[in-house]
Amino acid sequence: MKLWKTILAAAMLSLAAATSAFAARTDLTLGIVLEPPHLDPTAGAAAAIGEVTYANVFEGLTRIDDNGQVQSGLAESWAVSDDGKVYTFKLHSGVKFHDGSAFSADDVKFSLDRARAKDSLNPQKQLFAHITDVTAVDPATVKVSLDGPQGSFLSDMGQVAAVIVAKASANGNKDKPIGTGPFKLDHWAKGSEITLVKNPDYWGTPAALDKATFRIVPDAAAAVPALLSGDIQAFANMPAQDALEQLQSDPRFSVVIGSTEGETILSINNKKPPFDKLAVRQALASAIDRSAVIAAASNGLGKPIGSHFSPGDAGYVDLTGVYPHDIAKAKEYLKEAGLENGFSATIKLPPVPYARDGGQVIQSQLKDIGVNLQIIPVEWAEWLSQVFTNKDYDLTIVSHVEPNDIDIYSRPGYYFQYDNPKFNDVIKELGTTVDKDKRLELLGEAQKILAHDVPAVYLFELPKIGVWDAKLQGMWTNWSIEADDLTKVKWTD
Amino acid sequence: MTAYLLKRIIIAALTLVLASIVVFAVMEILPGDPARLMLGLNASADQVEVLRNQMGLNAPLVLRYLHWAGGLLSLDFGRSYTYSVPVIDLVRERIVVSLPLALIALALSTIIAIPIGVFSASRQGRAGDTLVMGAAQLGVAVPNFWFALMLIYLFAVWLRLVPAGGFPGWSAGIWTALKSLLLPAVALALPQAAILGRVARSALIEVLNEDYIRTARAKGLPYRAVLWRHALRNAMIPVLTILGLQFAFLLAGTIIIENVFYLPGLGRLIFQAITQRDLIVVEGIVMLLVAAVILINLLVDFSYAIVDPRLRAIPGKVRSGFPSGIAPKQILRAVQRFRETRNRSRGRQ
Amino acid sequence: MTLRVDLPEETLAGVLAKAFGNRSFLIGLIITLLVVAVALLSFVWTPYDVTRLVIADKTQAPSWAHWFGTDHFGRDILSMIMVGARNSIAVALVAVGIGMGIGVPLGAVAAARGGIVDEALMRLNDLVFAFPALLSAIMITAIFGPGAVNAIIAIGIFNIPVFARVARAGALAIWPREFILAARAAGKGMTQITVEHILPNIATLLLVQGTIQFALGILAEAGLSYVGLGAQPPMPSWGRMLFDAQTRMVTAPWMAIFPGMAIVITVLGLNLLGDGIADILDPKSRRRR
Repeated sequence: MKLWKTILAAAMLSLAAATSAFAARTDLTLGIVLEPPHLDPTAGAAAAIGEVTYANVFEGLTRIDDNGQVQSGLAESWAVSDDGKVYTFKLHSGVKFHDGSAFSADDVKFSLDRARAKDSLNPQKQLFAHITDVTAVDPATVKVSLDGPQGSFLSDMGQVAAVIVAKASANGNKDKPIGTGPFKLDHWAKGSEITLVKNPDYWGTPAALDKATFRIVPDAAAAVPALLSGDIQAFANMPAQDALEQLQSDPRFSVVIGSTEGETILSINNKKPPFDKLAVRQALASAIDRSAVIAAASNGLGKPIGSHFSPGDAGYVDLTGVYPHDIAKAKEYLKEAGLENGFSATIKLPPVPYARDGGQVIQSQLKDIGVNLQIIPVEWAEWLSQVFTNKDYDLTIVSHVEPNDIDIYSRPGYYFQYDNPKFNDVIKELGTTVDKDKRLELLGEAQKILAHDVPAVYLFELPKIGVWDAKLQGMWTNWSIEADDLTKVKWTD
Repeated sequence: MTAYLLKRIIIAALTLVLASIVVFAVMEILPGDPARLMLGLNASADQVEVLRNQMGLNAPLVLRYLHWAGGLLSLDFGRSYTYSVPVIDLVRERIVVSLPLALIALALSTIIAIPIGVFSASRQGRAGDTLVMGAAQLGVAVPNFWFALMLIYLFAVWLRLVPAGGFPGWSAGIWTALKSLLLPAVALALPQAAILGRVARSALIEVLNEDYIRTARAKGLPYRAVLWRHALRNAMIPVLTILGLQFAFLLAGTIIIENVFYLPGLGRLIFQAITQRDLIVVEGIVMLLVAAVILINLLVDFSYAIVDPRLRAIPGKVRSGFPSGIAPKQILRAVQRFRETRNRSRGRQ
Repeated sequence: MTLRVDLPEETLAGVLAKAFGNRSFLIGLIITLLVVAVALLSFVWTPYDVTRLVIADKTQAPSWAHWFGTDHFGRDILSMIMVGARNSIAVALVAVGIGMGIGVPLGAVAAARGGIVDEALMRLNDLVFAFPALLSAIMITAIFGPGAVNAIIAIGIFNIPVFARVARAGALAIWPREFILAARAAGKGMTQITVEHILPNIATLLLVQGTIQFALGILAEAGLSYVGLGAQPPMPSWGRMLFDAQTRMVTAPWMAIFPGMAIVITVLGLNLLGDGIADILDPKSRRRR
């Protein structure tokens, strides 16, 4: 009996070895939570567009890697003029769009001019705001002139909305994306999945995968069984955090917790009484227990933040101790503001678990200092029109996922309604500073102002919970930008 | 007769027009700007305005209504704001999930309900009847989405027999596709079967009290033969009529179930479209469902007309078209019973 | 679920005797009273405070301390079910009230006036009926915002045509009766006859329909809350609890099992009660059952 078992096991092992001796598999099915509305990153803000297309289908002049560093993209090199105002990009040769047309400097000029045009619908139009002129010097050289030195320009050109498109196909990209990347769109079954296949004519290192399918699994309950059954082999960011322990203990999977650029904050309407009083905002900051919010809203995985800055980025200063959790102190602040009996306010929560769950915890915590919050759940459409556009709100919870976006507190008319001349000066100086050390110093300065002035209560950095087959290599750990870059992903053994 | 039918058709058409106005008006007051939603946080007000013009959102209200309603007549539902493809294409892609799901659920519910009805009717008032009807009572009380959750837990998570959600597409093979529709269909079918089983039972009991059944019995036919061959055949008519009517509601009723199982069907599409403010998609699908309900109601009205004795007296009457031996008044009674039962089933869509 | 209008002319004692001999009625009554009692009890006592989040105790399996376990915020599920009963009952009750309050007068007027008024009202009914109920409820709450009040309105609207039809059908059957003719001969107006004679005679019909709509209201409220459009936190609701449970089916199945059972038991109780009342008041019920 025992002998039989041994023989059987040996036979199965050799069978397994024989199968794996064949070429490693070259197809991958990834789960994504939200379906992109379309596939044109230059025409829509939905993060899912970038997830599918960035670096896979579309490429920019530069590209951002896993760690947020700028790498070369369609431009193989660049030179910056001494005054920091003119960038000359040298482009790769032999690059072709998926429809077979050749890529040249004209396409770069077209893409950048289109993005900064008056009637541009580019969701990140401000990336191009400082460009004054784009000239195609020759088919392989582009000169971009700016209205002043821009510290973040190379990184800006690597963002999702700055990818290069061809004039002939630009208007059809929503449905039939034509880029220069190592993958091209094969099929999109709306509501179900998007399949990319390897681009045989790719100019650079070809992708290891022949086929990549993004399957839309918005439902956390369906995500775990899909992974367990092998229907889906990877989730760049897993929706079901509660099942993580189960997956971590399963040797078939790698669970990789990384960081995102998503500062999850309790946004405050700084012009609306009583929140225009510093003491009231300080009371909120002191009454909220970050660790409980993190435990409930991100299953304990988010990193606490004390200002609007990602802990993984250069220049981060830990300011989580500025207002420690202290109910008595919070009540003192309220007294200082003349509101010792508390007050009532509303909190509008968009339809994401971190906001809806975090909101309930904060509601319960603020009750301890006599602040009664009424929860108003809103859909994104309402959030955008009521909170973001019309500033009709008291408090809201949202994650700001754009990288390096601390400057939003200085934008006039931004929904925080925050206006601090001191902070604005720092950001202004930062914009024209190219020197790296000076930049970091200014970034630190900006973080400190926000931490003390509490234009928002800073909660945590959204974690990226990567779960994939243990045999899969090359998936991104962090989301320096929201992208599932598959160019280096491959199966091992 | 013709005048009566004509009147029904006019009324149905008017209801449809009225419904289209209601739907359009409702969508108009829905808060949220689809243009802003598409462009996101960093877009300026000017950009949003440009897109609004492009999408035709700035045209006068009446013009937009006429344009939309005019399109409906030629099955042109406009283009989706988010997917930027014709709405009818989206519907076509999704209906290949919803329609089979509704059909399977309907079939399952019939397969369960008929034997239950026969069993109970033949044992009227006895322990078996009480037990089965008690179970049916329980079935009516179960919310289908909760039942769905329990099914997922049992069959997908615990036993891992079927996928917990998602739909691989018909291209993945009929069996694979059907497998992923199985649990949702069961979840939809069981509460429906409970209702249908109760109807089948009372329909059968009524038929069993008819004279011709007594005659058949008197002729010495065994009880079983009478029950299955004669009574059931006649009781099937009301049951089938109800099934036809439930079908329209099942199509719309898959909203929650499609969300639970994450099936890319019509229900999910409309739910997504509402949250994404893809108004034109919502309007299109609602109108489609409303039209289906109105059409089926019209057909029922026609069957009323066909069997109504007062209308039959009018010269030029329509032949009933039902096989001989089947009493048309069964249908009338069934329709009445359906109207009552429908109220019961409405809440569970 | 009968709509028979031949009303029993029996004594109260007779009805009572029948009631206590009717199994459906008795079981339904007991369950319903129990649910109402639990809801009332929750006003004065629950095992734990449901607005208090104790993150340290999150998703605990059922134990002596927490009979039904805890949810993802560490709240006691038994306490939440108790408080949730309040919400379910309140929403369903008011929705039935809206349906009766508007639907019954409409139906009575339609029956009394007949002709064009009847036709117009019934066509309006058809219009409402043409809209799939849940879909429309989702649209209504999407417009006016999620919340218990809007859920009530959404459910209530769809109760109106139901009661209008029942009231009309019932009234139409009574108008030709002799005692109505007598009342008309005595010079009473339509309104007076409706109030004095028609309504009392269709009251039992409405009661039966009301019980059934009540049960449906509870199911509908659960459905709406489940898609996030019903009562909002911190107010617990059964449907919402199921929504929260859905993503945690693998790790915390008790979060789904118990609230679901609460819904089933409540709806079952009401349905049995409705059937029971119909049986007791329907003279033909003996034959049909």
